[in-house]
Amino acid sequence: MTAPDKILTTLANPPLQKAVYTATGRLMDHRRVVVTPEVLPDFQELRTAANAIKRHTLENLDYYLEQLEANVTRRGGKVVWCKDGAEVAGFLTRLAKEKNARLVVKSKSMTTEEIDLNDKLEQAGIETVETDLGEFIIQLLRQKPYHIVAPALHLTRFEVADVFTQRLGVERETVIEKQAMIARRVLREKFLAADIGISGANFLVAGDGAVVLCTNEGNARLTTTAPRIHVAVAGIEKLVPRAADLAVFLKLLGRSATGQPLTVYTSFLSGPRREGEIDGPQEFYLVLLDKGRTQVLANPEKRQTLFCIRCGSCLNHCPVYRKIGGHNYPWVYSGPLGAVISPLYQGMMHDPWLPFASSLCGACADVCPVKIELPKLLLEHRDEIVRTKAAQGRGRLEKLGFRLWAWLMRHPKLYELAGTAGSVIASGDGVWMTRLPGLMNAGPGKAWTSQRDMPALAARSFRQLWRERRSRS
Amino acid sequence: MVKRVTLFVTCLVDQLFPRIGLSMADVLEGLGYELDFPEAQTCCGQPAFNGGHWEEARQVARHFLDVFRDSECVVCPSGSCASMVTHHFEELFAGDPGRLAEVRALKPRVWEFSQFLLDVAGVEDVGARLDRVVTFHDSCHGLRELRIKDGPRRLLAKVRGLELREMDIPEECCGFGGTFSVKFPEVSGGMARTKIDSILRTGASVVVGLDSSCLMQIEGALRRGGSEVRAMHLAEVLGSR
Amino acid sequence: MSRETILERVRTALGRNAGQAPAAPPEARIRIPETGVEERIGQFRRALEALAGKFHVAASKQEARALVAGLLEGRTAVASNSPYLAECGIMGLEGVRSGFTGEAELREACSTAGAGITSADYGLADTGTLVMLSSAREARMISLLPPMHVALIPREIILTGLDELFTILPNPAELTSSMVLITGPSRTADIEQILVRGVHGPGEIHVIVV
Repeated sequence: MTAPDKILTTLANPPLQKAVYTATGRLMDHRRVVVTPEVLPDFQELRTAANAIKRHTLENLDYYLEQLEANVTRRGGKVVWCKDGAEVAGFLTRLAKEKNARLVVKSKSMTTEEIDLNDKLEQAGIETVETDLGEFIIQLLRQKPYHIVAPALHLTRFEVADVFTQRLGVERETVIEKQAMIARRVLREKFLAADIGISGANFLVAGDGAVVLCTNEGNARLTTTAPRIHVAVAGIEKLVPRAADLAVFLKLLGRSATGQPLTVYTSFLSGPRREGEIDGPQEFYLVLLDKGRTQVLANPEKRQTLFCIRCGSCLNHCPVYRKIGGHNYPWVYSGPLGAVISPLYQGMMHDPWLPFASSLCGACADVCPVKIELPKLLLEHRDEIVRTKAAQGRGRLEKLGFRLWAWLMRHPKLYELAGTAGSVIASGDGVWMTRLPGLMNAGPGKAWTSQRDMPALAARSFRQLWRERRSRS
Repeated sequence: MVKRVTLFVTCLVDQLFPRIGLSMADVLEGLGYELDFPEAQTCCGQPAFNGGHWEEARQVARHFLDVFRDSECVVCPSGSCASMVTHHFEELFAGDPGRLAEVRALKPRVWEFSQFLLDVAGVEDVGARLDRVVTFHDSCHGLRELRIKDGPRRLLAKVRGLELREMDIPEECCGFGGTFSVKFPEVSGGMARTKIDSILRTGASVVVGLDSSCLMQIEGALRRGGSEVRAMHLAEVLGSR
Repeated sequence: MSRETILERVRTALGRNAGQAPAAPPEARIRIPETGVEERIGQFRRALEALAGKFHVAASKQEARALVAGLLEGRTAVASNSPYLAECGIMGLEGVRSGFTGEAELREACSTAGAGITSADYGLADTGTLVMLSSAREARMISLLPPMHVALIPREIILTGLDELFTILPNPAELTSSMVLITGPSRTADIEQILVRGVHGPGEIHVIVV
């Protein structure tokens, strides 16, 4: 059970290491400033409240889903229920065909990344353009997002210049501000020509039938204003009961994600334009996606993973993410969030190494705005994986090792004997491990010494020294 | 009033770093406590628990409960071992009401060393002297599960001749994480190097922590990097004269 | 039908029956501080300026009009149909077009205009936020397409923050298809974490409090 070799490539890339570590460090610093007791005295209370609101909503989800649907319908919109990504793609391609739509603009949505929506639409001959700057860039590069909030975190301005020249045909430009203006110009045309705008949803307000979008660039506003059709795609876990509940969540999301008390634009959208409104979409569809969420819902211990508001804070604080970056996680969600939910959606044994790729430092749980117990969930995954492997007859050597270890630990005199034997074999310096014969020089020993020196086993153990100390006095 | 303290030195201290246990004993005896060391003690079970081998962890944890059941006050020189007992035993025995009750009864009597000094013994100055510039590493379990942050710094402030310089990332994980260190050695090593870079930037000659597992990881990386900076456990610092 | 399947899965997952009433939700957590108008204006100014938004105070509607004229500096602008803007005499300013009722013309005007002028429904003091509800009086695009956004608001509409907003508007959907909270100029840090303003939305925002 080892991690993919890709990780070693990332670790051996100093500029990339620096980019990821610095960018996440900055996001941590920005966050820290706006959640101090002086700036936000009720921060901890808000976390508790957010956890309670999500728990309540999910424990009564059928009620709130129906309420959401009734309100969306009342306001002239239509709810489309989809069990999986294929149904979402199917609906959208049929809609595009029916409405003669050829161009789609998209604002950032991790949910649509989950289901590879862009690929499916392109296959159906529908031009699909990402409009969030980071997503736009990685779409041109045909890459997965590197971070759930900052998709292009890993790229330099030079890489951006390269892809803009190659794919947009513009003159090479390495000044970042000018790169942004190139994107503005190119995308503005698309916004104003698009037939359909697809967004995600940060929150779905059941009591209003509303989609809430928290963004900074203005692309989500344009995506949901300019085209005549707006489709919002959201997992069923995004619900909150009332608009007033946003007073809790909006105070947590921006601060946790980027250190902003509020993102530049918070849109509260409920349906197509009303009578008298001059602009806005004429048709509105809310696509509700299951894709494994109901299964997670059914497990009371794992249910809390559905509370996630996708702030990315856990990624920023994770020392492992900060070393290996977003592309070394097997699924679209990376960091501690990805490590916890990938096994739940893709199968525990799909990437069995993933829950073990953590030192369990707990920094993620400390910052999670909705108080998901991430390290606890990782430990539970480990337990399940070990038991599954045992049932499959795998991991025998490790299991044997731990069995032997546990047996020694239950027999103090034998444990002491083993310790004494060990200290006889090990000499005074730290290199003893490498002198062990064959098998003992492999595995853990070799892994340890590949990175750091080994301590010497003490000539006499504490218990021996204690006895001597006691007999002296 | 606690008069008698039971030592749980941890398997790592017992076998690899006994001087940490001896220093802890020195400090406690110096404060007037009678000490006992149940020889039947071995380990809290954490390596197996973290490794997903919960059945084996339970076996070892049961042994622990049997050994320390009647202790009035257990003191331990490790944040992670103390929190294993006080925070994770309940998870292990969630399905075993008898053992669960034992855990709950024992829990308030188990103390990490620095917390014992400050909250039970009520002392900050134990008469220590160490003429060194040191920096302090906040071990993860102690920091995040036991909420240890200021305590060790208050204790260090009373050590004569000692100058404490904070590193810029005291709370960042050193990369040990138990079996993580050998399952993902390159990532673990990378995390260690980030940590020691921060340590070296302080100019300190000693890095202090309250978990020997972290210190083993950090000192291993320091030696491999050719540095002379030493790792010392808080108990060793407080036991210095 | 997927709808029935998904709802059935949810109910089974939760052990709930169709039509079953929900448990009582946690009380909505609303805390409204007691802050006077002057203090709110001060907070609003500090929050907006921290985001590189520009804040102006006008002692009268005439002064507001003059300020807007000064800000436009020869730019063409589109003004919304807000009665408050009419009261301030904005529609008569040189280079300002307004009175749009058709989407196509509005879009055309906003695409080429140098500035969009609007009022707002509320302000939020603690974050320097403008709250704009889409309506016949306030179209969405005016505060979105042009590179500069100028907003004129009477001081009384500045609320303390989100909590007060949702107390006054517990169901925004009743009033509008779009309520937008605008907090400073459009920005991104997607490339090398370097801050750039005005990527898609206006890069310059001016709030004139009358």
